[in-house]
Amino acid sequence: MKKLRIGILGIQGDIEENSDAINEALKELQIEGSVIFLKNFTSVTEIDGLIIPGGESTVIGMLLFLQKVQLDLLKNKIQSGLPVLGTCAGLILLANKTYDKTVGETKQHLLEILDVTVERNAFGRQKDSFESKLNIPFLGEETFNGVFIRGPAITEIGEGVQILTKLDNKIVAVRQNNIIATSFHPELANDNRFHKSFLNMCLEYNNSKKN
Amino acid sequence: MAISLIPDRKSEGRKILIENDKETIKGSVLVKRGFAHMQKHGVIMDVTNVEQAQIAEESGAVAVMVLDKLPYDVRKAGGVARTAGVKTIQDIMDSVSIPIMAKCRIGHISEAKMLETCGVDMVDESEVLTPADEENHIWKWNFTVPFVNGAKNLGEALRRIEEGTSMIRTKGEPGTGNVAEAVNHIKLLNREIRTVRSVYSDGDFQEMIKLSREFRVSLETVMEVGKLGRLPVVNFAAGGITTPSDAAFLMSLGCDGVFVGSGIFKSTDPSLRARAVVLATTFYDDEKILLEAQKMVDEKKSLVGLDTKNLDLRMQERGPLV
Repeated sequence: MKKLRIGILGIQGDIEENSDAINEALKELQIEGSVIFLKNFTSVTEIDGLIIPGGESTVIGMLLFLQKVQLDLLKNKIQSGLPVLGTCAGLILLANKTYDKTVGETKQHLLEILDVTVERNAFGRQKDSFESKLNIPFLGEETFNGVFIRGPAITEIGEGVQILTKLDNKIVAVRQNNIIATSFHPELANDNRFHKSFLNMCLEYNNSKKN
Repeated sequence: MAISLIPDRKSEGRKILIENDKETIKGSVLVKRGFAHMQKHGVIMDVTNVEQAQIAEESGAVAVMVLDKLPYDVRKAGGVARTAGVKTIQDIMDSVSIPIMAKCRIGHISEAKMLETCGVDMVDESEVLTPADEENHIWKWNFTVPFVNGAKNLGEALRRIEEGTSMIRTKGEPGTGNVAEAVNHIKLLNREIRTVRSVYSDGDFQEMIKLSREFRVSLETVMEVGKLGRLPVVNFAAGGITTPSDAAFLMSLGCDGVFVGSGIFKSTDPSLRARAVVLATTFYDDEKILLEAQKMVDEKKSLVGLDTKNLDLRMQERGPLV
C-alpha cells in the first residue's frame, strides 16, 4: 500500500478546512496518506500533490514571492506533473493574468502556470457571495454545492484548458492536465468529490514516479 | 465538515433566489462564516483613509477595517465615537481589492444596515465606538452581511454567536499599545473551552446544562463547543497588538489571525511595520523569520502606549452586560 503525502500551502486562508477534506477523502478511498503544511518549498520534492487553499490571493502571493529560488523549483515540479488543486485564491495564484472591476489589472504576484485570465470578485462583494448547485459531469451526475465567497471567474482560457463547469455563462472550474482550479470552495461543501478526484491524480503521479 | 453550522437561525438575512429552477442562497451561515474562514492566518488592519488602506494592501493585509478615528485617537478625542463617514468608506472600496470591514456602534441597527447597503464585506459591532444600546446587541441573523464581535470570555463569545455573529475577536484594551488584556482574554477563553471539552467527553449531561446556564446560552451551542474543542466560528486576536512579536505571541496561543488597530498607523514606521506584522503572523512558529520581522521595526518608532490599569475609559467594559 502506498503512502501519499499531500502538501497544503500553509501561508494564509482556509488551510485546515482543506486538510480536513483531504483526510476525509483519504479515509473514504481507503488510501494511506498524510497532509503536510508548507510555508516554503524545501520539501516540495517529497509531496505527491499540492493544494493552494482559499484566502486572500494578494497576501498569499506576496509571502510566496519572498522565496524566489524555491518558487522555480515548485513551477518545475508542477510542469513535470505534480497534481495541483487551487480553490478560489488558489485559482487566482495559478493564473496567467488577473484583473478586478474596480481597480483594473491587479499588480499582484502570480505563478502564471494555468493558461487562463481571471476576473477577481467577479460575482461582487461579500453580500453577493452565495451557494448554488453546480452540474459538474467530471464528478458524476449528482450536483455539487458551489460555495462562492467573493469568488473569481475565468474570462479567457488557453487551448489546453478544459472547462469543468460554468455558472450563468461564467467559467468557474477548469482543468489543465495535472492542474484543477475552481472559483468556489469545494473544501466548504461537505462533499469530498473534488478532493477525491485530486487524490486519484496524486496516486497516479506517485505510481509514475516509481516506474 | 470544516465549518460549523451551529447554531443556525434561518431569518431574513438569508436570501433565496430562484431563477430557471436554480436556487441561489446568499447570506447563509455557510456563506457568512465562510468569509471569516478566508481571513484565517491573516492580519486585518485599522485604517482611516485611502492612503492607509493602500499601504495596508501593499503590505499584505488580508482586509482593512475602516474607522473615523484609530482607537488611540478615540481615547484622546473623547466625546462620542461613531461609524466612519460613508464617503471615506466608498473611496476606500474603490481603491483596494481586498475586503473592507467597518465598525458600527454596539446595538446600532441602523448604522449596521447603512454599512450593509454601502457594501462593506463585514461589520464589526465594536466597543471601540460608543455603545448605542445598553440592553441589546444587534440581532445579526437579520443581516446578509457577516459580523464580527468582541469577547473577553467564552460566555460573551457564545452569546454573540447565538445572536448571529460569524467571527469572534478578543476585546483586549484597544488603543493602548498593550497586548496584555488580549492575552488575558484568549487565555481565559482557552481555559473555559478546555473545561467544556472535558465535560463533553465525560458525557456529563447535568454538568453541560449547568455550563449552558452559566454562559447564558443554549445547550446546543455549548455541546457544539464540546464536540469541536473550539469556538464554532473563527477567533481572532485584537486589542493592543503593536509589534510583530505581539502578533506571533497571540497566534501561538491559538488565535486564527490578528487585528491590528492603532499599532500600525500610530507608529512612525507604518509601512515596514505592517509588512513585519504580516510576516510574523504567518511564520509565528519560525524563530528565524520572526527575528527578521522584528528587525524590520524600530522600537523607538512604536506607539508608546498607555497604562491599562489607570485608563479613563475601559473599552472592554462597555456595552450590554448579557
